[in-house]
Amino acid sequence: MWKKNIRWQDIRRRLTDETKEEIIMPMLEVKDIYKSYGTVQILKGVSFAMEQEETKVIIGPSGTGKSTLLRCINQLSPPDKGQVWLDGEEITNPKTNINKMREKIGFVFQDFNLFNHLTALRNVSIGLEKVKKIEKDAAQKRAMQELTRVGLEAQINQYPAQLSGGQKQRVGIARALAMDPDVILFDEPTSALDPELIGDVLDVMKSLCGKVAMLIVTHEMGFARNVANEIIFMEGGLIVEQGSPKEMFTNAKMARTREFLGRIGALYGEEETGG
Amino acid sequence: MALETLIESLPSLFDGLGVTLLLTAFGILLGTTLGIILATGRSYASRPIAYSILIYEKVLRGIPLLVLFFLIYFGLPQIGINLDAFTAAVIGLGLRSSAYQAQIYRGAINSIPEGQIHAAFSLGMNKLKAIRHVILPQMLRLSIPGWSNEFTILFKDTSLAFAIGVIELMRQGRYIQVRDPDLVLIVFLLIALIYFVIVFIANKTLRYVEKKYQMAGYQAEAHR
Amino acid sequence: MAADFGQFFLNSLPNLFNGLGYTILLTFISITAGFFLGIALALGRVYGNKIINGFCVGYIELIRGTPLLVQLFIIYFGLPSIGIIFSPIQAALLGLALNSGAYQAEYLRGSIQSVESGQMSAARSLGMNRLQSIRNVILPQALRISIPAWSNEFIYLLQYSSIAYIIGVAELTAEGKFIAAHTFRYLEVFAMIAVIYLILTIVSTEIIDRVAKHFSIPGIGAAKRTSLRDL
Repeated sequence: MWKKNIRWQDIRRRLTDETKEEIIMPMLEVKDIYKSYGTVQILKGVSFAMEQEETKVIIGPSGTGKSTLLRCINQLSPPDKGQVWLDGEEITNPKTNINKMREKIGFVFQDFNLFNHLTALRNVSIGLEKVKKIEKDAAQKRAMQELTRVGLEAQINQYPAQLSGGQKQRVGIARALAMDPDVILFDEPTSALDPELIGDVLDVMKSLCGKVAMLIVTHEMGFARNVANEIIFMEGGLIVEQGSPKEMFTNAKMARTREFLGRIGALYGEEETGG
Repeated sequence: MALETLIESLPSLFDGLGVTLLLTAFGILLGTTLGIILATGRSYASRPIAYSILIYEKVLRGIPLLVLFFLIYFGLPQIGINLDAFTAAVIGLGLRSSAYQAQIYRGAINSIPEGQIHAAFSLGMNKLKAIRHVILPQMLRLSIPGWSNEFTILFKDTSLAFAIGVIELMRQGRYIQVRDPDLVLIVFLLIALIYFVIVFIANKTLRYVEKKYQMAGYQAEAHR
Repeated sequence: MAADFGQFFLNSLPNLFNGLGYTILLTFISITAGFFLGIALALGRVYGNKIINGFCVGYIELIRGTPLLVQLFIIYFGLPSIGIIFSPIQAALLGLALNSGAYQAEYLRGSIQSVESGQMSAARSLGMNRLQSIRNVILPQALRISIPAWSNEFIYLLQYSSIAYIIGVAELTAEGKFIAAHTFRYLEVFAMIAVIYLILTIVSTEIIDRVAKHFSIPGIGAAKRTSLRDL
């Protein structure tokens, strides 16, 4: 049995002609997602919601469906059952234009997936040019802004093969940011990086807190503890518990949560909580 | 009736097929033997020899088969070497194939780890023994995919022997066309089918052989 | 003796030049037409549904399983019996293009499939539809990866254009035969022709390599080229 977080249910608002009631809808709503690959059931009914500019971190043991969940949200792997709502529109509805929806959802991959044949600058600007149909000069200007924001203004004309892992990931983040998404999904953004490069990427992500909604799957506990508005702990394809970092780390209600955070917390250590 | 004439023509087509298969057999034999020698030469012989082999390969891969046929069949008599069409075709096919096969074998040799020959030497084998007992067996196994490809190419190239008068499958088809112009489309479609079937069978057989003689964990580098 | 050959060579030049023109025409047009056909077939094989894929496979296997000469004969000699008549040059262009398309399709397919799937995921995540993803992300990389195979195809077509002689196109080899038949100096003529083809091959390889270098991008397609200049 997992505990429902009733916070988001309290603040729903929907405009209806009949009742003239106003219920607030969360920006992103994930309802009852089921997903299986072949005979293996990966996700067994996952639900949660996100607000604007919220930073939510998903943690849990490997192989429990965290990455699959992210891919279900932007439909790279459509779920078998369940719905995803973004800004009041149902993404999972076959009639919805999924490409239009994806413009509003940024995705940062574990393996970066930068376009190998394009420079860093064009990697960031191509979405603006081809998808949002923004004129080339304006697109490149915007791309320049985002790359400067992540600290890579010197690398704009380099190709992915010439960049370090940390630089590649920051380009990936810039690419997602340039599209002005409502939410950015991060799929273990630092797992493929050498330890000394992780810091740069985490710093960029920290700087985005409060400016854009972020849903992050990660093993970086220090980051989760210091930066997240809410932490979701998943295991076995289900949400075990969710709560604020303070609640989860010091006062978790489920034994399993305490066990996981206790072990992992000790392993990854605590970050300084200053500032 | 068209069908009757077609059936009457079948024996001549099969004669042509026979010649085609003979051309293929002799051609591939020449090409393979020469190809192995050339590849070994380029990888293990002295620099001047290796360089001459390179020139040979470049030349034979740089001129069309048809021109090669003409050179051998029409050109050589001018310096006293008279060959019949069949022999000229076999030599042309064989020489050209040897150049391409040499490439395949060299790729295979390069895939064999250097340690193999070191081990052979440390057992006391001389260069020739090492090549014969250690390198060659591995090289041959690694070459099977490339060789199968080359085989089908040579088989199809035998059709060009038509141009110097060899009475193989294509020429028989042409004779039938001249005798019975109505049959032209059917005949050549039939000939196409015959080539296709043989290529298909050959590929399946060679793939079976490849699987059977595969060495676990070994793959040749990219070749033509 | 040498002067005599020199004179002979000069006398033959006009004919050889005409023939060369046809050879180059045949090569360039067929490789280009074959390229577009090849891309269509390759995309059909990689992204098409079962029917499209089946059709593409069928076509490719048929063409690759039969000699080019047979295909030319069917087009030039066979089709007239059902009312479709081509001139020799038309038949040659058509045959070479259809043939090259099938071969190009195979290595284009290989290149497309060797582009990692993550590239497609990233493109889709930005909101590109399938067509946009293929056009802007997959193809630019696949084409660069194909360059070694493509330059081999060019050389291949250059040499096999000589087959057009058999159906009466006055390309280089045909001109050679013509000169030889009139002068009986077979050895010299065909040696000259061989040298011309050789020069064409070497020059084309060099040009294609230069162009490829110009378009190359670090990190893409460092595929080994079975170069004629391998040592």
